[in-house]
Amino acid sequence: MDKHPRRLVVIVTEAVLERTLVTDARRLGAQGYTVHDVRGGGAHGDHDGEWDADRSIQLQLICPDGVADRIAEHVLAHYAPNYRVAVWLAPVEVFRADRY
Amino acid sequence: MSLDPVVLFFLLGLLARIAKSDLRLPEPLYETLAIYLLLAIGLKGGVELARQSPAEILPLAAAAILASALIPLLAYPVLRRLGGLARADAASIAAHYGSVSVVTFAVAQAVVARAGLDAAPQLAVLVALMEAPGIVVGIVLARLDAVRDVRWGHLAHETLFGKAVYLLLGGILIGFIAGPDGLAPMKPLFGDLFKGVLCLFLLEMGLVAGGRLPDLRRAGPFLIVFGVAAPLVLGTAGVGIGVLLGLGHGGSAVFGALCASASYIAAPTAMRIAVPEANPALSIGTALGVTFPFNVTVGIPLYLELARRLAG
Repeated sequence: MDKHPRRLVVIVTEAVLERTLVTDARRLGAQGYTVHDVRGGGAHGDHDGEWDADRSIQLQLICPDGVADRIAEHVLAHYAPNYRVAVWLAPVEVFRADRY
Repeated sequence: MSLDPVVLFFLLGLLARIAKSDLRLPEPLYETLAIYLLLAIGLKGGVELARQSPAEILPLAAAAILASALIPLLAYPVLRRLGGLARADAASIAAHYGSVSVVTFAVAQAVVARAGLDAAPQLAVLVALMEAPGIVVGIVLARLDAVRDVRWGHLAHETLFGKAVYLLLGGILIGFIAGPDGLAPMKPLFGDLFKGVLCLFLLEMGLVAGGRLPDLRRAGPFLIVFGVAAPLVLGTAGVGIGVLLGLGHGGSAVFGALCASASYIAAPTAMRIAVPEANPALSIGTALGVTFPFNVTVGIPLYLELARRLAG
């Protein structure tokens, strides 16, 4: 089976941004996404996600290199200054290239 | 006067967090309890609302909306000048106090009912009305120079269709349409279990409020004083307005508690979207770490006593 290189974009941030980020990512070329509720801590203290305003999400997108870079740059430029944001990229391989 | 069990459950949660207990309510349970409480409060309110004449409720609704819009205008200069806070932070905190806390309302009703007084369930409609105006005024205060840039449509959607206002208004509407007979089969769930569920929710609120205590160190002494003084002043004014509008002993105390309360569901989300540069630790730390515990333990009994003297 053929495998195709793609980029995994992972964004951990405040749950309040979920809908905005999904809209932005789609506009920038992402075809699909996965969201998990997560909890953790970092530079902004611990966020145990016990109630609405304190929740965190992990948004995962798999897309071509160029799209991944655009999304990461956009998130860092627009949201990182004022929101809790962690972004990272990782190489992945997918089977059905047209889906990503 | 002995403490209501609801308050004791809150203290149990608070103590668990302070003592670093591993107690944690699963998030789906918290969500379920919140949905239940909002619907139950709404349903009861809707049934009572149907019994009122518009002439009775309209002045109250107008007073509630006006109070919610005025509170941030009063709080903002205090936070700016006395507290020396940045504009975004002062506006965000002011918005939290203009908006209201459904749980404080529920606790006030429980305390008033326990004292054998009319807990005025129809005031649930005021809770729904008081969620948004304070938030709008807070956003305008933060964005005085760029009000046009605010995405009002997005914010209106988040506030109106956020679960707090949506379920509360939905419950009120269903209660209003169905009436007491229609809701009778649901009484075991939405009536009899209410106080027990409220206790469980307050246990969770204790855990959450306890978790905000480290924020207070960042907030500093001014905001701690503000978190106690604001509910005292606003609660006193609210009781006075309630008495003037003929709400009686119990109803005036509940209205006082509403005015004294600060939002920690609708306002944090809306302000996070509209004024992201405001530090949420300050507003949430003050609203949830100081004002909520103050109202639940000391404030509500005070408003009840004040209402007794004024409504006598």
